[in-house]
Amino acid sequence: MSAMGMLPRDGGAPDGAQVPSPVRERDRVRDAPYPERPDPSPQPSPERERAPGASEAGEAGYNFAYLDEGTKRMIRRAILKAIAVPGYQVPFASREMPMPYGWGTGGVQVTAAILGRADVLKVIDQGADDTTNAVSIRRFFARTSGIATTTRTTAATIIQTRHRIPETPLREGQILVYQVPIPEPLRFLEPRETETRQLHALAEYGAMHVKLYEDISRHGHIATTYAYPVEVAGRYVMDPSPTPKFDNPKMDQSPALQLFGAGRERRIYAVPPYTSVRSLDFEDHPFRVQEFTEPCALCGASGHYLDEVVTDDSGGRMYVCSDTDICETRVAEAAR
Amino acid sequence: MLAPGFADPVHDAQGTFRAVMDALARPGLPQRLDAGPNPPAPLTPELAAIALALTDADTPVWLDADLAASSEVAAYLRFHTGAPLTEDPARAAFALIRDPARCPPLARFAQGTPAYPDTSTTLVLALDAIASEAGLRLIGPGIDGTARIALSPLPDSFVAQLAENRAGFPLGVDLILTAPGRVAGLPRSTAVTEG
Repeated sequence: MSAMGMLPRDGGAPDGAQVPSPVRERDRVRDAPYPERPDPSPQPSPERERAPGASEAGEAGYNFAYLDEGTKRMIRRAILKAIAVPGYQVPFASREMPMPYGWGTGGVQVTAAILGRADVLKVIDQGADDTTNAVSIRRFFARTSGIATTTRTTAATIIQTRHRIPETPLREGQILVYQVPIPEPLRFLEPRETETRQLHALAEYGAMHVKLYEDISRHGHIATTYAYPVEVAGRYVMDPSPTPKFDNPKMDQSPALQLFGAGRERRIYAVPPYTSVRSLDFEDHPFRVQEFTEPCALCGASGHYLDEVVTDDSGGRMYVCSDTDICETRVAEAAR
Repeated sequence: MLAPGFADPVHDAQGTFRAVMDALARPGLPQRLDAGPNPPAPLTPELAAIALALTDADTPVWLDADLAASSEVAAYLRFHTGAPLTEDPARAAFALIRDPARCPPLARFAQGTPAYPDTSTTLVLALDAIASEAGLRLIGPGIDGTARIALSPLPDSFVAQLAENRAGFPLGVDLILTAPGRVAGLPRSTAVTEG
């Protein structure tokens, strides 16, 4: 099975100019069930005339990268303070976006605020470039800003992610933007925002250690496998977003800047490059990541985070890299 | 006549912000800042670019004595940013400082609160020169090991003030340092010692 070969791709190289214009695509979808229908209007409609500009300078009628400049300034100020106080959650006036909360509106707003014409954007959802969320967010920015997009981790300057960090090590100058559902690591221990603010102010994180200890007393080990709490730069305890704890070590001393946006909860936080990110643990129960007994069924890699894929209705399953870019790259290299 | 702001407001503001963001994310690594505006003296192009990119009606701006003495500077900032000018440094979201040698003590600016440390002042200083790999020694988030940065001119007892600023973490002010064509960041998380 070559699932990878069937996947729609925006292309491996920067290709913003080749993204089909939204208008033409909409027309194609509308026309699809009636291929025999003659084109009702041979005259170019106003929409069609607008379309060529949309692929170069962004969708007409919208500001570059969708957000207005006042909103961008507000988000940019929040990002600067987030960088200055690593791990601290800066409140910001999150906007309604043309997608529901829970679909990455926080990450999208952060990306829109930092994005420039020279940037190359990659978007992943659970490691994959080709899932609905990733494809639609990448297309959103190609439409509204006309910037180049890619699926290659190495070619991207900005990588927006939902719940994974790419396996390919990030480099200096790259920015990783996380989509965050619940930014407050203490929220399930203390529902009141006024109280959690106070706990952060006092650096009072005992409750979090009790939670991890209760895991040990109940299961014999720390059973938290994702959204595993980390301490940033020796001060704030931070939610790394629901990435598997497998990815936590990649956050520590990363050369890339890491920005976190939570749209519904209206918070932005950051980890600057070369900053210590320590997963909370105990001396006798040190932090450990998941291990996989078998390699990826497609590319044969071991040491990558794997997804379980059910292949039939009789118990068949395979384990494949959750990071589609590195998996595809390895398969292509092996084929050469 | 009023001097113009950014020639390309969207992309010039984005470029200025990215230079400032990279500078704060990598203390000790000055970034290039191609400042577009040609503001009235004594406002420098770099101070003007940062003010235009980051301030608006939501951000009270404090001007140092040199800048406050010029009505043209106030008119320029008011017109292009809409930011209210304040005379109280403790109320300022941003402070523009043309003469670093006469910068008020850092402790007089807003320090933030324990629950909301992000409500502190961001100081933007116009220096004559910024050079890396010499001068002050920096350690902290954003720095791979240690970094060095040479700044001139500096406020009085600058290193002692920065040490006090760092000691209050997570409270404290953040500094954006500019020189012609360059910008460097000194967030409150950076520990600074004499080289």
